[in-house]
Amino acid sequence: MGLPRIESYTVRLEKFEGPLDLLLHLIRREEMNIYDIPIARITEQYLEIIKDVVAMDIDRASEFLVMAATLLGIKSRMLLPKPPKAAEEESGAEAGLDPREELVRQLVAYSQYKEAAQALREQEMTMARVYTRQLFVEAKDQTAPLEGLTLKDLVKAFEEVLKDEWNWREVPREEIPLREKIREINFRIARSPSGVRFRDLFTRGGSRLEIVVTFLALLELIRQKRAVAVQDATFGEILIRRILVTEPAGGQAPEEDDEDA
Amino acid sequence: MIWNHGKAILEAILLASPEPLSLRRIAEVIGLDEKDARILVDDLRKEYAQPGRGIDLKEIAGGFVFTTRPEYAEYVEKLLQPRAKGLSHAALETLAIIAYRQPVTKAEIEGVRGVKADHTVDTLLDRKLIKEVGRKEAPGRPVLFGTTKDFLQYFGLSELSALPPLSVDTTDAGLILRQQRESVVGEEPATGEAEESEAS
Repeated sequence: MGLPRIESYTVRLEKFEGPLDLLLHLIRREEMNIYDIPIARITEQYLEIIKDVVAMDIDRASEFLVMAATLLGIKSRMLLPKPPKAAEEESGAEAGLDPREELVRQLVAYSQYKEAAQALREQEMTMARVYTRQLFVEAKDQTAPLEGLTLKDLVKAFEEVLKDEWNWREVPREEIPLREKIREINFRIARSPSGVRFRDLFTRGGSRLEIVVTFLALLELIRQKRAVAVQDATFGEILIRRILVTEPAGGQAPEEDDEDA
Repeated sequence: MIWNHGKAILEAILLASPEPLSLRRIAEVIGLDEKDARILVDDLRKEYAQPGRGIDLKEIAGGFVFTTRPEYAEYVEKLLQPRAKGLSHAALETLAIIAYRQPVTKAEIEGVRGVKADHTVDTLLDRKLIKEVGRKEAPGRPVLFGTTKDFLQYFGLSELSALPPLSVDTTDAGLILRQQRESVVGEEPATGEAEESEAS
């Protein structure tokens, strides 16, 4: 183990997922027993490798530094002679605990998941070569409709809004009586003997309902033969003209008929 | 009657289904009990396992599904757009922890990996491999994460129990350490620093 050390020291820190990953690497390289880590040696090597940690971004650097502190803490606790009295006073698990215990537990757990991750990687690589119908439709790059919050959060926020009565108000129903619209169109075509352009009957920006009612009113006027739609050329302008009713179908005066519409 | 056509019906519905078909659903659609449906599935699987086929019948995410054979991937890839990139090492480790320990909080994940997990957890959420499964009854009520059906599909697993078992149960910390220590001490008595363990 002694000789290749210098070369090994050039290990790049970025290669490691974190301090535990680096420690596992050292343990393996030095063929240490993970359950009986020579803490002084590993601390020394760890510190040597992370000495260029300042070059890293602060978050990652701090993770490596916290571990350095942990290692040094364990090392000093192991160097301290154990006062038998103190051990009795603490009387229990604490007293007999190996200072390395927590670290070892972490390392063993981490190495397990590292192994598991490797197994997943193999599965991933196998599955990358396997295609199914629609299973893997690549729609995953689309941005999520809810970013940073769940549907539940949204529902909760909405419930909060509902709780406050100030947020309540009556929404008036939009009502455009057909009769009124007929009268309006009738009035407009009466004023323009040459006819009103079809599209001018529809108010710009009117609601869908208004457009529909206007159209219905127009159809009704045509059905009653009180208006006529004229188009001079194919795709030309459609004009709506008034027809002066001389002999109403039901013998009624047009004005009265208007009232009933 | 159904026995004459069962396998053909199964083949047809498997092809038509956009997602893995569970045994229950297969049984329902064909009008069999699950035991008989199972026999049909096994029969059909055997047929597709024959050499010279480009299609496999696999059990994924709790159901059965036709997949292409990996050996013909390069041709399929000529036909379809290439897949999204594989997961990063960090994401895979995080995912492994979530898969084996779910439901699990971000802090617990960070405890195991010894590094921050915000970024990797976000990535995994984005890729819908994990999801929030609730909140832990602990201070701050932290969010608990678990794996999704997409996770099973992504890794071609039939169910969570199909994950390879971990070699050591790491949830009971002190126990493993002492057990291992004892066996190690037993084998190699000359390990110097192990003295303290005798005291425990």
